Amino acid sequence: MRISVQDGAFDFAAQARAFAADAAGMGAIVTFTGVVRDLDGGGLEAMEIEHYPGMTEKAISAIAQEARTRWALGDVLVIHRHGRLVPGEQIMMVATAAPHRGDAFAAAEFLMDYLKSRAPFWKREITAAGAHWVDATDADEAALKRW
Amino acid sequence: MDILYFAWVRERIGVPSERIETDAATVAGLVEELRAREDRYAAAFADLGALRVALDQELGDFDAPLAGVREVAFFPPMTGG
Repeated sequence: MRISVQDGAFDFAAQARAFAADAAGMGAIVTFTGVVRDLDGGGLEAMEIEHYPGMTEKAISAIAQEARTRWALGDVLVIHRHGRLVPGEQIMMVATAAPHRGDAFAAAEFLMDYLKSRAPFWKREITAAGAHWVDATDADEAALKRW
Repeated sequence: MDILYFAWVRERIGVPSERIETDAATVAGLVEELRAREDRYAAAFADLGALRVALDQELGDFDAPLAGVREVAFFPPMTGG
């Protein structure tokens, strides 16, 4: 299991390749990458991501451990960036390895749902009009209830 | 005790962290003390439903006891992913 909270960019292909190489004997590898998306109608200059150093790593580790207790997983990778990102940049990735794809897919979705509202990150959108903190949505919270 | 603020809570209060002495028994008691200090605290803590709290880097509740806690953080609901 590897957790990385970092300000620099990551190489998705290299990370996926290394993760797969280490996942000997696993029948399924699922990867997900989140990308900074422009606002509907455009105008997003940057996304700034603040986090809580120390707690962030602990919270993500706890979420990943919880995934490992729920599904038969061989390995888990979570990379999440903070700092200033522009549209098109990759914010984060998760990868899961499991003997069977059902577990790998479910665990990846679980990780994503929990990273969204239980890992201490806060996004701020920067436009020509100014800066705006992104609000958490009821849908984000509701997504946790299915687990 | 170290108090940390993140995102718009940090902006409203104007500092990212501060060290305070408190006799408050619970998080809610600490919030009452902070609110009484200055308007900027009252503004930041106006709606507790819009806030989350972590005690020693674990998510907690506003009625949680503060005994033995070294670090309390206040922030809005998280928006990772």
